[in-house]
Amino acid sequence: MDKNFFLANYNYWAVVVLMMSGFYVVLSRNHLIKKIVGLNVFQVSVFLLYISVGKIIGGTAPILTGKPELFSNPLPHVLILTAIVVAISTTAIALSLAVRIHEAFGTLDEAGLIAIEHAIERESVQSQ
Amino acid sequence: MSVLGSVFSLLSAGLFVAMDAVDVAFTEAAVGAGVSLVFFLAALALTEHEETPVTRGNVFPLLVAVLTGVLLIYGLLEAPPFGSADAPAHLHVAPEYLSKTEAQIGVPNIVSAVLASYRGFDTLGEAGVIFTAGIGVLLLLNGGLPKGKGRE
Repeated sequence: MDKNFFLANYNYWAVVVLMMSGFYVVLSRNHLIKKIVGLNVFQVSVFLLYISVGKIIGGTAPILTGKPELFSNPLPHVLILTAIVVAISTTAIALSLAVRIHEAFGTLDEAGLIAIEHAIERESVQSQ
Repeated sequence: MSVLGSVFSLLSAGLFVAMDAVDVAFTEAAVGAGVSLVFFLAALALTEHEETPVTRGNVFPLLVAVLTGVLLIYGLLEAPPFGSADAPAHLHVAPEYLSKTEAQIGVPNIVSAVLASYRGFDTLGEAGVIFTAGIGVLLLLNGGLPKGKGRE
């Protein structure tokens, strides 16, 4: 566990720090749209993890030019292209859910939503 | 906040270029920095942007995040070093794609060859995801119909 080991794997530590920043935003913010921004940061950290695994030092982008070259791994690039599109789809769904929640309850605040939910529960218990 | 998110996406696109993933960088710059900014601004315009101050303490989320981070680092301790050519990820199918694309597919961009041909079914599934998401958004937002039509 020497210093060189930590320097040689710096991409992973950067990814973990970024991912946990996104996770912290998701956990600590009250506003639902801010939570979605945190989820986006989380997703980008996963993309960075895959792309950094595909990188080969001294390699170039995987485009054939006719010259013998060392290419970086194209497979993670393909997977992440798909993942980016899936990420924007889930973000769109999450945002439209947030818009719908705001329409129905008039707030996007987590604490406010929990209070409304408790009030509804109390009402239904009393009416029984 | 959303503009900062867009700047963040653009910066990460730069990182992708630095790591040889030019196609991914295009997509991230267009989708992450462009389209998702529009979505976030539209959602904020339809809702509200004020946040009530966080009442509960921030210690618990911080603790959970740090603990998860420590677990992740523990899991990554045996991962191969950054940029090494003999990492397990580079030994299985990637050499095949790299050596056979020219003869079998005939396009210079290997990422397009893998995306559209070798893994075409993945891309079909991706199109299915976009379609489903589009239908979901339309249903959730009631297709842009005014209130009271088909909604309680």
